[in-house]
Amino acid sequence: MPWTSPMVEKYKGQYGSALDAQSYLGQNYFTVDRSLIPNFLHLLRDEEHFDYCVDITAAHYPKREKQFDVFWILYSFERNERVRVKTQISDGSSLPSSVPIWPTANWLEREVYDMFGITFDGHPDMKRILLPEDWKGFPLRKDYGILQQDNEWVQINLGIESGQ
Amino acid sequence: MTDVKDKALPHAVAPSNLDLDTPDKPYLDSNELIINMGPQHPATHGVLRVILKLDGEKVLGTECVIGYLHRGVEKIAENRTYTMFNPYVDRMDYVAAVSNGLGYCQAVEKLLNIEAPPRANYIRVILTELNRIASHQLWLGTHALDIGAMTPLFYTFRDREEILKIFEKYCGARLTTHAFRIGGCQYETYAGFEKEVKNFLAFVAPKIDEYEALLTGNRIWIERTKNVGVISAKDAIALGVTGPVLRASGVKWDIRKAIPYANYKDFDFEVPIGHNGDTYDRYLVRMVEMRQSLRIIEQAVNGIPEGPIMAKVPKVIKPAVGEIYHSIEAPKGELGYFIVSDGSTQPYRLRVRPPSFVNLQALDVMVRGMLVADVVAVIGTLDIVLGEVDR
Repeated sequence: MPWTSPMVEKYKGQYGSALDAQSYLGQNYFTVDRSLIPNFLHLLRDEEHFDYCVDITAAHYPKREKQFDVFWILYSFERNERVRVKTQISDGSSLPSSVPIWPTANWLEREVYDMFGITFDGHPDMKRILLPEDWKGFPLRKDYGILQQDNEWVQINLGIESGQ
Repeated sequence: MTDVKDKALPHAVAPSNLDLDTPDKPYLDSNELIINMGPQHPATHGVLRVILKLDGEKVLGTECVIGYLHRGVEKIAENRTYTMFNPYVDRMDYVAAVSNGLGYCQAVEKLLNIEAPPRANYIRVILTELNRIASHQLWLGTHALDIGAMTPLFYTFRDREEILKIFEKYCGARLTTHAFRIGGCQYETYAGFEKEVKNFLAFVAPKIDEYEALLTGNRIWIERTKNVGVISAKDAIALGVTGPVLRASGVKWDIRKAIPYANYKDFDFEVPIGHNGDTYDRYLVRMVEMRQSLRIIEQAVNGIPEGPIMAKVPKVIKPAVGEIYHSIEAPKGELGYFIVSDGSTQPYRLRVRPPSFVNLQALDVMVRGMLVADVVAVIGTLDIVLGEVDR
């Protein structure tokens, strides 16, 4: 269902149809056009006091033209309010990094890159975090099977035929 | 020529104007050294590798290499039903499995728009708070051991055993408990549960005084922890640090109070905060938290109502299409679950927001300019569990 609040009105007036605000089971989220990132995130921090970036993550929809949903979960200590920002991007395109806005985004964005292959421009250290640096493939994409692995890496580095 | 005064610095407090980007400025003849700590190192609490850039004993910078315990928990979730995935969450923060389970079950309940019955909530709160004490006891024992105080380890492990016995009697498992189910609890409390919990409260309260008698006024402990690993409230918020680490920096924020879940709003308890954001304050905050947990358990066990322990949950769990984020105050900080449902029996995407992973990121800020031995103290004080960092 639609989410209405003075904050929503303000940004709807500013961005028009590039921004949509919804509420589901009492949780509010913005769906924004990719072009509003990172300016909109900046505004949320500076003007609305969303000073704590809880999490950054993504989801993969291989059948869509814009294959990825990217989420920012934000919290404001002052308002005691949580909000999500969601945008869609296509495979191969990148997003501006939000490390300059919230330093905590550093590892969170690295994990998104590690698992989905989405790169963040301006990130100080854009490399894998959980998987080995020379691993091939992005495991949380839907076309990556649950038993799939980088066989070549396993054979070279672990000296075994398969990790399964 | 460098001034002699500068050369004597490694044992003194780091000068506050030290420019870390050009570290060799004040020490023209010093050698930079890069050393590896871990992944097999007793003080890293698991398989964590920290690359340290040192100037003598002083830390110029660190880099954490993680992922040695990565099991792909989030990928597994996408290939299991909501019910089947429940036991997996215990394997992330394996010293606080009950908290993991509570967070997950509540997230799915929220997605289904159901609520656990009051009795189930009371049981959940009792077990979760017991688990918080157990987690803090394990932290205290190992943290003190890292710093060189061996005695607390034996004390805390002896007392933690009593909590694990209650868990074992309740659900059959000591660590990976799988205590809760989506919609409530699977098991009714066993005969004598309330009495045993009350006995435990009476037993452990003086024990916590005992830990404090060993450490709080101990001069070596104070020297090793005061002003070590300081993080300001501003930095802590910017780095997304949560839990006792954030509170020790002076931010009074606890999800149990800020966004109450289960039935925490029924209980009277305080949120302790520190002032200096150093290792000593984090120690004090956790000690008070243990006592506050005892208060919560006491109120819960005295007020536990009769009634069902399971809500009406469909046999096949198929949440409607939508997304939900739910988080709880785990012993280590904000533990969140973000679930995307596509209307099927399996989560389309399940993301765990692990407190240890995010808190570990602050290590670098906390140890810069400190000594190598302080790195060990700071890793201990962050209270990380690598199973949760790597998932």
